[in-house]
Amino acid sequence: MSMDLSQPVISSGDNSTSAYDLERIRADFPILKQEVYGKPLVYLDNGASAQKPRQVIDAMSDVFENYYSNVHRGVHWTSQRSTEAFEAAREKVQVFINAASVNEVIFTRGATESINLVAATWGRKNLKAGDEVILSHMEHHSNIVPWQLLRDEIGIELKIAPIDKGGNFLLDAFEALLSDKTKLVAVTHVSNALGTVVPVADVIRLAHEKGALVLLDGCQAVPHAVVDVQALDVDFYVFSGHKLYGPTGIGVLWGREDLLNAMPPYQGGGDMISSVTFEKTTFMKTPHRFEAGTPAIAEAIGLGVAVDYVSGIGLENISAHEQGILQYATEKLSAIKGLTIIGTAKEKASIISFSVDGIHPHDIGTFVDRAGVAVRVGHHCAQPVMEFYGVAATARASFGLYNTRDEVDVLADALEQTKEFFA
Amino acid sequence: MFDDLRDLYQEVILDHGKKPRNFRCPENATCLAHGNNPICGDTLVIYITLDGDERITDAAFQGEGCAISVASASMMTEILKGKTRAEAKTLFEGFHDMCTKDDFDVSQLAGCDEDAIERLVMLSGVKEFPIRVKCATLAWHTMQAAVEGDEEISTE
Ligand SMILES: Cc1ncc(COP(=O)(O)O)c(C=O)c1O
Repeated sequence: MSMDLSQPVISSGDNSTSAYDLERIRADFPILKQEVYGKPLVYLDNGASAQKPRQVIDAMSDVFENYYSNVHRGVHWTSQRSTEAFEAAREKVQVFINAASVNEVIFTRGATESINLVAATWGRKNLKAGDEVILSHMEHHSNIVPWQLLRDEIGIELKIAPIDKGGNFLLDAFEALLSDKTKLVAVTHVSNALGTVVPVADVIRLAHEKGALVLLDGCQAVPHAVVDVQALDVDFYVFSGHKLYGPTGIGVLWGREDLLNAMPPYQGGGDMISSVTFEKTTFMKTPHRFEAGTPAIAEAIGLGVAVDYVSGIGLENISAHEQGILQYATEKLSAIKGLTIIGTAKEKASIISFSVDGIHPHDIGTFVDRAGVAVRVGHHCAQPVMEFYGVAATARASFGLYNTRDEVDVLADALEQTKEFFA
Repeated sequence: MFDDLRDLYQEVILDHGKKPRNFRCPENATCLAHGNNPICGDTLVIYITLDGDERITDAAFQGEGCAISVASASMMTEILKGKTRAEAKTLFEGFHDMCTKDDFDVSQLAGCDEDAIERLVMLSGVKEFPIRVKCATLAWHTMQAAVEGDEEISTE
């Protein structure tokens, strides 16, 4: 089965992944051959950042070795080739999220910059004191702080859509927060700390009924399942390249073209103007209006190749594989005495936050590291979630397209041994 | 599998981590400071009671953190009792160097309480785990802030 991110489907846990050539996929990732402390690397920190396949690494080297130049500026051969490859990457992203137009795909430094861009341009232009923006209790700090800055600047109100103890998004409570004052709903598509898949189709429908726009933070969604921005009928969608097996320093802001063309620029500079005189400057339309200055060229091209890579395997197949791993890992970790999984929503992406009685997450992180296992420990840049569960930190295993059940076993085994050490 | 970790997670440290000493909020503390490590989410409050001669008559703490940070705070409160403010500062600086400098020489702490030095040397095993140095030093940074009159401190 696949995880349909547009519908609140309950995962059946079916894990028929026979067609999934895991060995071949793993061979694409050079780093997976790495040993740490004499043990094979077991990389379970994909939620923080994913590893890169050979295809992405090679494509970026190819840029620098064979045709690198600035884009949109030169008449020479290298500039034309770089520009073509850069714009081709934009088209790949367009197809990847099924955007109506390539002009709707804006390259940014990452999700953080994408959200800040919307807050600083659309937000400053369209919001006034007393207007309300709804966030969820599960947001990453990058989808909280930009709105707080705006609140402090212009006096908007922030409302927080609650979750239940399992980490489920409470649709009824969300609906109750909506009012004529609601101008924007900015929520995560999938929680990085809990793995919860938010019922975004319903969120979007309800928000639109009140005339509010919706921004989705898709960082943890795009690596795990098909995302179709038109089917979702969303207004803004953001994600980072590095969690999608692409490079750092590149991310995407997708927005509806009419909205984007009505937004003021974010930064001023080269590449974003139609004409400049000292009296008046006219800005280009989207996407160039929002891409002042020299962009991350090789990174954008690398992201395009990462998109090709995951599309080549098929997001449905990746999703099926990861859901199988998630189910296996959930069973395996639940069987460890004293271990509590934090975030048990009905529909989850392959992310498991957990705590172990009497052992601080940091100590867990240091110990499993010795077994070669990379997990994230801390608050995952989602302190309100940690507060909700009354913990300062958790350990988190987040699985990607190359992870195996054997790796889950290595983690479980390392956790058992860590427990023995602290017993 | 965890042999290398034994150097850091020694029995004494594990014991203090599990059963922290002076884990309380004294009513007559004369200074306190909040310490937090924003990356880890560790939070500590250190309470110090100074008498008229700037001698520490009581030291205690509360908060939450990993085994290393709790053990460090616990051991620190034991070490500090009876020390003057100046002696506490010398120990803090010595410990800090111990955890971060390769060329640290214990003779730098000549004249200090030997038992204290022995405990600090034990904790300085974090030097091999750069990311964990903050765990060991958070309590000391916070104590220093408390006696200097700064209420908030964060190690970044
Ligand atoms: C849900 C979510 N939103 C936003 C971000 C921020 O992404 P970046 O740091 O790449 O801008 C992250 C990354 O940790 C995330 O998991």
